[in-house]
Amino acid sequence: MKASAFSYARATSVPNAIELLVAHGERAKVLSGGQSLMPAMNLRLVAPELIVDIGELKELRGIAASGGLIKIGALTRHADLLKSREIAAQAPLLRDAAAQIAHPAIRNRGTIGGSLAHADPASELPACMVALNATIIAQGAAGERRIPATDFFTGIYETVLSPQELLVAVELPTAPKNSAHFFCEFTRRHGDYAIIGLAAQAIVENDRLTDFRPVFFSVGNRPHLAKAAAGLIKKAVTPALLSEASKALSEELDPPEDQQASSSMRRHLAKVLLARSVSALLGRPDLYAGKAL
Amino acid sequence: MTAALSISLHVNGERVDAQVLPRLNLADFLREQLKLTGTHVGCEHGVCGACTVRVDGEIVRSCLMLAVQTQGASVETIEGLSDSGEIADLQAAFRDRNALQCGFCTPGMLIAAQDLLKQEAEPDRERIRAHLAGNYCRCTGYQAIIDAVESTALARRGKRA
Repeated sequence: MKASAFSYARATSVPNAIELLVAHGERAKVLSGGQSLMPAMNLRLVAPELIVDIGELKELRGIAASGGLIKIGALTRHADLLKSREIAAQAPLLRDAAAQIAHPAIRNRGTIGGSLAHADPASELPACMVALNATIIAQGAAGERRIPATDFFTGIYETVLSPQELLVAVELPTAPKNSAHFFCEFTRRHGDYAIIGLAAQAIVENDRLTDFRPVFFSVGNRPHLAKAAAGLIKKAVTPALLSEASKALSEELDPPEDQQASSSMRRHLAKVLLARSVSALLGRPDLYAGKAL
Repeated sequence: MTAALSISLHVNGERVDAQVLPRLNLADFLREQLKLTGTHVGCEHGVCGACTVRVDGEIVRSCLMLAVQTQGASVETIEGLSDSGEIADLQAAFRDRNALQCGFCTPGMLIAAQDLLKQEAEPDRERIRAHLAGNYCRCTGYQAIIDAVESTALARRGKRA
């Protein structure tokens, strides 16, 4: 189908974009890469009266690392994350995740800010932001608001952003010493939406996980930071201990059922991903022998 | 404000000035206003890849981009890639390998394949599959398409050596 009629404004600056959003509120939608918004508009799932195109705001583009932080502008594309040397060195989880986002033609347009503001529960970057303990920076008429990623996502396509605010950047702590990461998702075909996925950031010291943030996506209405991970911290992980954590994970998840998978299939795959991640992070093949726990 | 807006861009190297409604996507602009019907419209929500074109040298879904967003951009369609001879060998390989039947996916397939061949000299079949995963073909079963891209990569390497 085709999008319904709308008015179009090309924002000339961040304050100009915010002025437009303040004036039009919920009747307006921000267009960045358009790789989620355009399909939704073509399918007539959304029909904004005004499109505020921020695509020309060069100040929202780019990746900068300094003082233990990486700042990623909202208009930075998935293709940029894949190519960035800073990301490969300081936040390799994002590089691995970006490689799994849709297809090259989509990654050339889709942006990190768009993906986060859209907050699709099956998308990769929201889970990565929670795993990396990122801060999401929004700009409104009253100034800047810094929101921890853990508080940002509130539901399916829902965040704490108000219609008058613009997501301008995200800030991540650079990977500390002994950092390790794991990213894996299950899809029917390469580039499809994940049936379930896991983005995990960890610190490994003396063969133990001293920090472990496994964040599952496509298991609920927003990224899910597994509490079950706490049982593995600073312990010598044995198959029995992992099995216990796996059971706890199974109990804390309540995955939805849809055309792609049943709830029990998602729960099963979550356990597989947890085992794979712990095995990979600790370099312990014995913890994941290719079978479910 | 839903009135038509002026844009000027380059399409296949030629300067184009046009009036477009905001809701008009790039695929429909190319097909209906410029009569460049080689860009195909399949799913209209970014899934099938039939509408793949190049914007400023990078492949994109033209159904997921508004015509107004191409202000100042350089757009290349299958007509441009074809006329310039850039993909003549790839097109010949598609013919030789029976990599098309109905041909609906072929323009998008060619543009996506050329994108990979420009970036990588020696893509293996897995890489080719991954790069073309966003382009659907309902006829060939894909094997012949992978064959054609693989043989083109091989032939181009031979030429460079």
